[in-house]
Amino acid sequence: MRFLFKTDYEDDIRLFPHSGYIVSYGILLAFLVIAPFVLSSYLVSQLVFVCIYATVGVGLMILTGFTGQASLGHAAFLAIGAYTAAYLQQYNVPFPVYFLAGGLLTGVVGALVGFPALRLTGIYLVIATISFAFIVEEVLARWESVTHGNEGMRIKTLSLFGQAVPQNGPTFYFLCLGVLILTIVGTLNLLRSPTGRAFVAIRDSETAARSMGVNVSLYKVKSFAISAAITGLAGVLFAHKLSFISPEMFTLQLSIEFIIVILIGGTFSLHGAVLGAIFLVMIDPFLTYLKDDLPGIISGLAATFGADSVTAGKVYSNVAAIASANGLKGAIYGVIIVLFVLFEPLGLYGRWLKIKLFFQLFPLYKRATFKRQKIYVKSERNR
Amino acid sequence: MLDFVQQLVSGIALGCVYGLIALGFVLVYKATEVVNFAQGDLMMLGGFFAFTFIGMLGLNYWLGFAGAVIAMAAFGMLAERVVVRPILGYPQFSIIMATIGLGYFLRSVVGMIWGTDDFKIETPFSDGVLRIGSLVLAYDKLSVIAATVILCALLYLFFNRTTLGTAMRASSENMLAAYYMGIPVKRVVSIVWAISAAVATAAGVLLAPITFIHSNVGLVLGLKAFPAAVLGGFGSIPGAVVGGVLIGVIESMAGFYLPQGWKDVAPYIVLLVVLLLKPEGLFGVHTRKKV
Repeated sequence: MRFLFKTDYEDDIRLFPHSGYIVSYGILLAFLVIAPFVLSSYLVSQLVFVCIYATVGVGLMILTGFTGQASLGHAAFLAIGAYTAAYLQQYNVPFPVYFLAGGLLTGVVGALVGFPALRLTGIYLVIATISFAFIVEEVLARWESVTHGNEGMRIKTLSLFGQAVPQNGPTFYFLCLGVLILTIVGTLNLLRSPTGRAFVAIRDSETAARSMGVNVSLYKVKSFAISAAITGLAGVLFAHKLSFISPEMFTLQLSIEFIIVILIGGTFSLHGAVLGAIFLVMIDPFLTYLKDDLPGIISGLAATFGADSVTAGKVYSNVAAIASANGLKGAIYGVIIVLFVLFEPLGLYGRWLKIKLFFQLFPLYKRATFKRQKIYVKSERNR
Repeated sequence: MLDFVQQLVSGIALGCVYGLIALGFVLVYKATEVVNFAQGDLMMLGGFFAFTFIGMLGLNYWLGFAGAVIAMAAFGMLAERVVVRPILGYPQFSIIMATIGLGYFLRSVVGMIWGTDDFKIETPFSDGVLRIGSLVLAYDKLSVIAATVILCALLYLFFNRTTLGTAMRASSENMLAAYYMGIPVKRVVSIVWAISAAVATAAGVLLAPITFIHSNVGLVLGLKAFPAAVLGGFGSIPGAVVGGVLIGVIESMAGFYLPQGWKDVAPYIVLLVVLLLKPEGLFGVHTRKKV
């Protein structure tokens, strides 16, 4: 195990605390750079979605994970970014301009949402963000002169400095990856600055933060604006990736998916946003794989354990019927969410930290290290 | 003028539906400070139980109704035991996510078992209307209004007049102190989930002739009932019904007098405005934290 000897503040806020970080992130980066040339085009396309979802996850993490303000309305911010891109693209605005404009506009809207949210906490904030998302969805469906209503909008192939960047090519993948990396580095920088410290202080105790001189209202609005702006940037990429957008793509379902990203990844670290995005995007191909191969595997198992061919055939058709039932995905989603909340509240990244600690302390690991304390309900009404 | 009254009455009937579902939200919140996002789905499941008893097994309506209520009360206890009890007391956000997960699960399992079609339950109030002058009121809507008023009154009395109700309020205020006072908190929480699932079932069965039941009805109506509960102030039983009626009337008025599209967003706009002016809802209690 490595013990870091910190002698001043600069040591404490380093992005890479020791050389091990540089090596492991270097290897990861190298893998990501060669990925589009070795993986199948389907997997690369999934990786692009991972990048987009992870960018949204980072945005949501700033608001929910670090400022402690829950939001079930991030699909609306994504929609605003996407529609800004689609609208400006009609007037031949170059990509860098409408990319930034999408982020900026969404940031402004986010700040506007942040103001009413100042007085709301907990469940009231959740319902207010849901309401906001519904209103945005309805506006997109009705404001036909700009958004073409329910017909949706088509997005032309992205062109960057005169070069066409098709949404399935490696260049688009690198663009999304670059945006994700820049967002992560920017957010890490933000979190070690006074603004980030103020966010975390507000999350831990609003009253305490206020009495330490943190301007709670200002930082909450800032957090909303930054979170929305990042989501808006992701929205521009999202629009290009799908090349067609319509209001019914940005529903509450999508907002819940974003929350699932950070919840499953782990809400206390930016690693969580990326891990959660990988999980959420990759579960689809995994389920398809299960649907095709699981009946064969299970009936094969039954046969090896002495079932005759008739029973094995029955097992095969039963499993196939369950695996291809409509809506199985929803049930699996539900079970996964419940299991994570109950048994792994720190998410995938928390699990990774536990495994790492197990090997670092090898014979001495105590399971109780991460045991949750019993907490008793105390009314939040007296906040 | 007649149009207005007709819209008002149908708005109130619709609002009572929301209020009835919102009652379930409020019950669980009042007793455990837990927000149950699966409330609408419990209602949906209750409707399907009743459909199975009445429509498929051919039981008498009231018998099937009672059977569905009892079955769902047991299911509510089970859901509480499995999903909520292990995380009771943890940040609200975790519990919200767990109940959202429960909702996903229920919706898709119901879809797999009963299919995704619309179902209808034959009830004694299915046909027939009450005419007052030229005003026309359908019996099925009147039954919803009556049930809402009765349930609301019963639950209000239950919470404010009985020992068990007081125990529930005490355990939500401070669970540890409630334990010290000898309140069996776990059993109390279990009972409140049973009651709320039973109320949800009543809502589901009464709704069946009006909205039909399908696997997504809980999500759709739950998302309307939720603002109703918030509008009324989340912890208040009369507030839930008043909030529900407000949302229902606003929706029905907006559908009639405003251009298309306003019907769906008007309740949310009103909700946002109310939250802006009075962040704890219309009937919420405003308290300050002692530091």
